Amino acid sequence: MAKSKEDENSIIVVDNVEKHFGTVTALDGVSLEIKAGEFFSLLGPSGCGKTTLLRMISGFDTPSVGNIYIGGTDMTDVPPNERPTNMVFQSYAIFPHLNVAENVGYGLKKQKLPKDELDRRVNEALALVDLDGYGPRESHALSGGQRQRVALARALIMKPKVLLLDEPLSALDKKLREAMQGELRRLQRNVGITFVLVTHDQEEALTMSDRIAVMFNGKIAQLDTPEGLYKRPATRRVASFIGVMNFIPATVRKSTDSTLSIDIQSLGKLDLATHSRHQAGDKITIGIRPEMLTILYRKEESAEYEFEAIIEGAAYYGDMTYYEIRLIDTDITATVSMRNTAGRPILEIGRKTRVGWGIESITIIADD
Amino acid sequence: MQNKPSRSLLTYAIVYLIFLYAPVMLLPLFAFNDSAIIALPLSGFTFHWFGLLWQTKALHEALYNSLMIALITSIGSTTLGIFAARAAARYEFPGKRGIMGFIMVPLVLPEIIVGVALLVVLIQLGMSLSAWTVIIGHVLICTPFSIAILQSAFNNMDRSLEEASMDLGENRIGTFFRVILPLVTPGIISSLLISFTISLDEFIIAFFLTGTDATLPVYIWSQLRFPARLPAIMALGFLMVVLSFILLLTAEYFRRRANRITGNSTSSEESIF
Amino acid sequence: MSDPKSSSFKRILPTMTPDGWSGLKLVSPPFVYSLLMLAAPLVLVFLLSLWTQNYLELDRTFTTANYKEAISEKLYQTLMIRSLTISGIVTAVTVLLAYPIAYYVAFFGGKRKSLWLLLITIPFWTSYLIRVFLWKVILGYNGVVNGSLMGLGFIEEPLSFILYNANAVVITLAHAWAPFAILPIFVSLSRIDHSLLEAARDLGDGPIRRFFRVTLPLSMPGVVAASLIVFIPTVGDYVTPKLLGGTDGLMIANMIQIQLGKANNAPLGSALAVSAMIIVASISIAFVLINRKFLKTKT
Repeated sequence: MAKSKEDENSIIVVDNVEKHFGTVTALDGVSLEIKAGEFFSLLGPSGCGKTTLLRMISGFDTPSVGNIYIGGTDMTDVPPNERPTNMVFQSYAIFPHLNVAENVGYGLKKQKLPKDELDRRVNEALALVDLDGYGPRESHALSGGQRQRVALARALIMKPKVLLLDEPLSALDKKLREAMQGELRRLQRNVGITFVLVTHDQEEALTMSDRIAVMFNGKIAQLDTPEGLYKRPATRRVASFIGVMNFIPATVRKSTDSTLSIDIQSLGKLDLATHSRHQAGDKITIGIRPEMLTILYRKEESAEYEFEAIIEGAAYYGDMTYYEIRLIDTDITATVSMRNTAGRPILEIGRKTRVGWGIESITIIADD
Repeated sequence: MQNKPSRSLLTYAIVYLIFLYAPVMLLPLFAFNDSAIIALPLSGFTFHWFGLLWQTKALHEALYNSLMIALITSIGSTTLGIFAARAAARYEFPGKRGIMGFIMVPLVLPEIIVGVALLVVLIQLGMSLSAWTVIIGHVLICTPFSIAILQSAFNNMDRSLEEASMDLGENRIGTFFRVILPLVTPGIISSLLISFTISLDEFIIAFFLTGTDATLPVYIWSQLRFPARLPAIMALGFLMVVLSFILLLTAEYFRRRANRITGNSTSSEESIF
Repeated sequence: MSDPKSSSFKRILPTMTPDGWSGLKLVSPPFVYSLLMLAAPLVLVFLLSLWTQNYLELDRTFTTANYKEAISEKLYQTLMIRSLTISGIVTAVTVLLAYPIAYYVAFFGGKRKSLWLLLITIPFWTSYLIRVFLWKVILGYNGVVNGSLMGLGFIEEPLSFILYNANAVVITLAHAWAPFAILPIFVSLSRIDHSLLEAARDLGDGPIRRFFRVTLPLSMPGVVAASLIVFIPTVGDYVTPKLLGGTDGLMIANMIQIQLGKANNAPLGSALAVSAMIIVASISIAFVLINRKFLKTKT
């Protein structure tokens, strides 16, 4: 993927990077471009290579093969202290022997600023992360959330071109994590620089990012916007990793340039206005999200397409109920999520019900 | 299981502590006792024996030797300890367990074996015994203690601290002086103090490996057969014990400070194991 | 990558990374020091034990005569057996006495645990020589024990069985090694998961049964460590037998020193030292293995 490296919009270009540790391949030919000012996430399970890639962008690891360009310059062999990037570490790495102000001002020491200027910049950075007045605090007296903000302030004060974040929210509890997601997003918009975030939490990636690269086994499986990944997952694995996906087998009846006619077992025959490489007789997999299926509670409710199913399980989450259903006379199961609005009963197990869906709800899942 | 301990267990603990401290308690008792015989009952209070120490030239020489040896030993063993602790905490290398285990072996060897082995070598090489031969032996037995103390400090140093420093623009040298050294310094001080104390008090290896320069314990040994000198020896012992206490409590203070800074528990068993 | 030399090198050191080299370089000063000052001398001691000393000349022909003498001479046998026995008794006494206090601090020490440990260990970082000498003062003819007992009227004549024999050696050494036995036991006791004890209580065990069925077996690694820490150095102790042992309390280390010094028979001294080390090592290994078996059958 040799796009122009001087492309003004691309602040980071990863060009065919591979990383081998002995016989283990951590990165198996990864290429991507990150645009200036975007909030970009590397998403994947543990061991997929996302952290390795981040470390290469920051300079703590070098690729076995390939190059990394930052701001148009080849920085593959440039040490981390000379790159225009700064990192927020997973453990935050707050220097325990320095207080908050000394931590935040650490990187500016080399610039030998006059004391007033240094203090001003430090206070500015602390205000940016809502830690006004925390300067004299001792490091060991900080909570997890506060340490994270100090790490952020410390990195942002350097005015880097790119801020790298290595699973910054994984050490926080759920409520704090959710609050911080919003804050990070606002911060990024506020400051305007490129953020590159590594996470294994797909919800996190979806809420915060402009674009996400989903990685498995050292390769990028799909690079897209959150909506693109959710609605049009490229592979079965991506579909399962992002949210919940129901997979239903289908057969191709006819394939033309403009239409694909398929027969979805128990769901009926459809014509999709799409072009596909599949031929008549091919077995394919259809994906449909739980929220795209609707339980038709009352007789007068209807949908574009309907089928009959039996409730096999119900999980109540307060605002939503997730039903496990089995399509009648098959062994195909699916998950349906329904919001618990007024008037909707929780259906009991064993009850037969009609389930509705629309043709735009489905997507064809490629095999991995 | 935090219910109250049985009375007998608590009593046992207190009696045991008394048993542990009993011998050492004799020192202040007889060092100030106005009697040439070490026996009860006590007779008046005096500083006489300390005055005697002050006048004994041989003692001054032994003191000087002990201090020099202890100083050099503490610097030597702490330096070797820094190398080993840093290597063990930061790097994986083949044979690591065996190498580290071997360096720590003097902890479980009887000191006489160490003394005998070195003595044999030195005799075979035709080298004469001196303060330096004692230093060689002392560094050998103090280094494992230094490593134990420093390993705690180095282990607790999150590797990402060094990376964070470099990420913020510092080079390796700057990182060493601004991050690593300040975090390790309390451990270094603790190690220096402890090896100093061990060397100061050590008898067997000094006894085997010293030439004409006696150390304090060797000097004490030579005086033990003279009953008349015993009270003075008590006074000397008192001073040495007080000095050891002060040095060790200071070392412990620094060790705790080191742990507090890096945010760890202050269990002292870690420092020994 | 077709260079045969480099590939066989890589096979020998398959996990060698630049990190690994840095590590080895860094650890080399202390390691080399240990090799030169400990390993090499020990090897020399072993070699020496196979040679013979003819007055001032060292005969370097290999012979096992020294070992024969070390093993078969009644005197050395007695010393060795006595050393082992004394160490064994000291170990047993020290560990038994140490256990309750380790238990107390581990379970009831609360916030003051490290204070207790500090109190227990500080006296013992002072000069060993001075402490041994103080025991001589305590146990002596006119010493503290006799003086007080006579002064209080409990006895007429001073007790003589408490000094210049094996008893004195045992008492002194049991005191000297106390904290070194307490610490490993404490560590393994404090590692016991309290929920195990609560589960046992839940299942109906009273405090004594709980101790024998849960606490004691789980603390055995600490007990074994404590035993070794006391036993091994005690066998080679020189100072205590010399000051307090009289003629009945002399131990193997004293004989080794005599051979190396006055008797001018370094090869025999070395043979005694090596034999002692081998015997102690064997006993220790056997002890550890027996305990492992014991623990395995229990769990």
